[in-house]
Amino acid sequence: MHSSLWLTALLVVPLLGMALLIAFRKVTKGAYIVGVATAAVELAISLVVLFLYNSGIKGAGTFDFAYRLIVAAPFGLAYDVAVSGISIVMIVLTAIVVVVALLGARETKHEVAFVCWMLFLLMATMGAFVSHDLLEFFLFFELTLVPSYFLIAQWGGPERARAALKFFIYTFFGSGFLLVGILYLGFAHLHQAGGDLNFSYGILSGTSLSHGTEVWLFIAFAISFAIKSPIFPFHTWSPIAYAEAPTSGSMVLSALLAKLGTYGLLVFAVGLFPLALHTIQPYVLTLAVIGILYGSALAAVSKDMKRLVAYSSLAQVGFITLGTVTGSKLAMVGAVLLMFNHGVITAAFFLIIGYIEKRRGSYLLADLKGLQGPAPVLAALFTVVMLASIGLPGLSGFISEFLILLGTFGTHQWWGIVATTGVLFSALYLLWAYQQVFQGKAEGPNATIKDVSGRERLIILPLIMLIVGLGVFPQPLLNRITPSVQQIVVHVAPTGVSK
Amino acid sequence: MAHVAVLIPLLPLVGFLILITMGNQIKEPTSGWIATSVVGASFIATVIAFVLLLHRHSREATVNLFSWIRVGNFHVHVALLLDPLSITMCLFVTGISALIHLYSIGYMHGEKDFNKFFIYLNLFVFSMLVLVLANSLLFTFVGWEGVGVCSYWLVSYYFEKPAAASAGKKAFIYNRVGDLGLLFAMFLLFHHTGSLTYLTIFSHTSSLSPTTATLVVLSLLLAAAGKSAQIPLFNWLPDAMEGPTPVSALIHAATMVTAGVYLLCRMGPVLALSSSGRLTIAIIGAATALVAATIATSQRDIKKVLAFSTVSQIGYMILAVGCGAYSAAIFLMVAHAFFKALLFLGSGSVIHSLNGEQDLHLMGGLRKYLPLTFPTFLIGWLTISGIPPFAGFWAKGDVLVNAFEYNKALWVVGLLTAVLTAYYMSRLFVLTFRGTERFRGITHDHDPHESPWVMTAPLVILAVLSVLGGVLGLPWIHVSSIEGFINPVFGALPALSHASTTVQWSLGIVDVIAAVFGLLAAFTLWRRTEPWPRYESSFLYHVWHWDDFYDATIGRPLTAFADFSSDVIEPDVIDGAVMGTAVSVRKSSEGLRKLQDGLVRHYAVAMVLGIAVIVLFLVGRVW
Repeated sequence: MHSSLWLTALLVVPLLGMALLIAFRKVTKGAYIVGVATAAVELAISLVVLFLYNSGIKGAGTFDFAYRLIVAAPFGLAYDVAVSGISIVMIVLTAIVVVVALLGARETKHEVAFVCWMLFLLMATMGAFVSHDLLEFFLFFELTLVPSYFLIAQWGGPERARAALKFFIYTFFGSGFLLVGILYLGFAHLHQAGGDLNFSYGILSGTSLSHGTEVWLFIAFAISFAIKSPIFPFHTWSPIAYAEAPTSGSMVLSALLAKLGTYGLLVFAVGLFPLALHTIQPYVLTLAVIGILYGSALAAVSKDMKRLVAYSSLAQVGFITLGTVTGSKLAMVGAVLLMFNHGVITAAFFLIIGYIEKRRGSYLLADLKGLQGPAPVLAALFTVVMLASIGLPGLSGFISEFLILLGTFGTHQWWGIVATTGVLFSALYLLWAYQQVFQGKAEGPNATIKDVSGRERLIILPLIMLIVGLGVFPQPLLNRITPSVQQIVVHVAPTGVSK
Repeated sequence: MAHVAVLIPLLPLVGFLILITMGNQIKEPTSGWIATSVVGASFIATVIAFVLLLHRHSREATVNLFSWIRVGNFHVHVALLLDPLSITMCLFVTGISALIHLYSIGYMHGEKDFNKFFIYLNLFVFSMLVLVLANSLLFTFVGWEGVGVCSYWLVSYYFEKPAAASAGKKAFIYNRVGDLGLLFAMFLLFHHTGSLTYLTIFSHTSSLSPTTATLVVLSLLLAAAGKSAQIPLFNWLPDAMEGPTPVSALIHAATMVTAGVYLLCRMGPVLALSSSGRLTIAIIGAATALVAATIATSQRDIKKVLAFSTVSQIGYMILAVGCGAYSAAIFLMVAHAFFKALLFLGSGSVIHSLNGEQDLHLMGGLRKYLPLTFPTFLIGWLTISGIPPFAGFWAKGDVLVNAFEYNKALWVVGLLTAVLTAYYMSRLFVLTFRGTERFRGITHDHDPHESPWVMTAPLVILAVLSVLGGVLGLPWIHVSSIEGFINPVFGALPALSHASTTVQWSLGIVDVIAAVFGLLAAFTLWRRTEPWPRYESSFLYHVWHWDDFYDATIGRPLTAFADFSSDVIEPDVIDGAVMGTAVSVRKSSEGLRKLQDGLVRHYAVAMVLGIAVIVLFLVGRVW
């Protein structure tokens, strides 16, 4: 029953959807339905992949659904797909977030184009997650920039042009390092093994490199991924991009594209250069911890809700980075789980902010007050998401954060201790924001806003169910993540980094 | 027994789910009655489980429900641990919760968010039961945080009032500081014993070095200080009085705030490994007891007096834990739950009768208007003051005997606190019920009225319990007392020379003298009406300026740092470097200006071209 066709379908379905939209671009009314239906099919396929996934295929590590087709042998260009327990989680996240974004954050202006770009982004992101080949991953990784740029630049807020350009140039600049690193690695392998140029992940991971080379390659990869994630201090494109993007754009940028960075750091940087980790570790750990504290500090003094979530994401990505590079299995599993959980939580945040913006025409903290009075359900939804982000046990965020801190404490006690204080700060800035926006007495336009409609509740419901459900039953994801993380950890372990 | 045990936390959870799904389809009293009956049923289930446990050969049973988190050798179950300690906790938690639910039906009458109140209340009871029944530290943490967040919601229940919103936030943040302690304790224990399950930890205590054990104990103390409002984290509790009075009685007096004491008792076998850790616990407990008692003497708000009194009484419990007298701590916890819930509900009845007024200076002479509240409050007052034969006398006496045996200096502090306790409670009593009627301005010359039966019935039951509660632990009965029942849970107790009967009697007499002294002092000072007495200290009224101190040393520096990051570091340093690079790149490539026109279309083309060039280059090399 296992077949790589499922993965190919993940790439083809959005393209079909786009083809349909372009063919019938005059029929504006249908665009929304086509978009949602395409994304829904995508979600169904990704769930099939999730359930069929088998981590125990002989000789394939923990990769499943593998398929390799050489497109142009001399260039090393190949269509090479496979999923691991790590990428499968990201694939499901991608499908869910795009479905919810299309449903909940509709753009009626130029809707055909909007839906097209969303589907294109869906395809590119899926492509990056299913790629089992570095060059292929890079191509998809770069392709995501194009739709993101247009989503911000065309449907964004008043400063959208500046935001989009900064986002594009900054991340494009970072990709250069990645491309050079990938090419260097490919040629190094060609030099050693002969034959055709090859960028397959499975083959390149066997390249033997000097320690110095590994360190430089790790750094090249890490810079690119650090910009994408973003990791402190490479984050300054993100607050303005998240703030100026339309709701759907903020959702996919923070929930999905950021995860391409953290995913890349784990699978490609740590996964391919495990021996370099030992040398790099103290620096990355320090940046991660600074990111947690610095992101929290800026979130605490943010003037609007979108920047608040952007800086809170910086802190959360700090936790993910921490878990990724400690070399502890617990922490690494926690990091992958947090990629998923943070994706869901931050998407839910931006969706709710979108609901608020739609009602009040503003997401500035100064404009909002006492919304709990007129809109108790809206407040309750925000509360659940907020508590998950704070790390309340019983909700999803806690388990990932706890595993990261528990693992880090075992390998890098002091970093672990400082990072743990981040748990306090997230409560500090989120509760303060809640107090400003939802508590107090609502006056003027705040007093008359409508509570969330039945439709809006239904749209956010899957995210809320994931937040609660994975807090109580995280095992379905953990069972898939753990063996794949184990594969990476065994290579890290010999350096004596891991305990 | 397993099935009944599961019902204990499950029933309040079901109540919560029913109320939250029904939403506004059910009207005012119905939701209250649903919430009350599920908690009542939970109490009955607890009683059955208790009886079954009594007749079991082994009084320790784990009920495994499902596997929660498993990664490698880290494995945590959702499972309940039934033993004398957890069942004792469950008995008084469900019992008092049921009474306070009943009381709330009357007290919350007419509130806009009546249903929501009971939703929170049921979720709270569920969380509290998870906290005490969990078989591992991590699952306890679920309940621990659950009660914290319910407390947050209930304190800021009147969310339109800025003070209430701030108080809820403050409670949550202070608790979070304590939670860091619990997290550190879990990290240390997992990495040294390989487990977070209580029984496994206890069977691996030999792998904890003395230093590690001390670190664990101090971390647990931090956790307890947050949840149980002890120095240095005690000052969230008085603010939490912004919540409705039944919440103050249930969460901030009887149950949640004693969770820290429970946690320390539960971890008794680990505490036993560190005598310096236990000494620290005892000192913190004694210091908190004394400091809070001094503050209580000068508060004007009736609920704040009771709040500081709670802090002080929990200080006694923590002191008992430090002395190794876990059963004394639990005994006082149960007795305190009875009389403090009684006092809070009584104060609620008083406030209710005065249209919400809480200022003691505006009360007085209420004795004749509140025929049921007055006598029950009188019993509560005598009980907390330590007058025999009420429960408080026995429970506090038990703690003080143990303190005497452990460390004479701490015993003196405890005794001093006892004098102050009798003093501030008598002051409160006199100002509320005796003297001139100073409330006429508030009630517009109407007579205050007694509360409805749903409010007074719990008062009567709690008063009876306060009178009889002492029989749980009479010093000359050891077999059927609370001590004999729960002591096996704590494993090998640190050696304590048991006080002789003579010493016990003498200390008992000293306690009575202390209580009577404090009581008489208050009556002498506060009974006078002309001129109006002013024996209040501004320093004590302002809580030793504890909040101002934190604000100056932590709050303002942190805010300044955040502002500096946002105004200087972020735009000028970090982004400045990024933009600086961009600008210098542009300037150094003036000739290529046409490519830098900022149109992404061109960049995209450049990207494709670049890739093509690289590919061609590769082709050339391979061929």
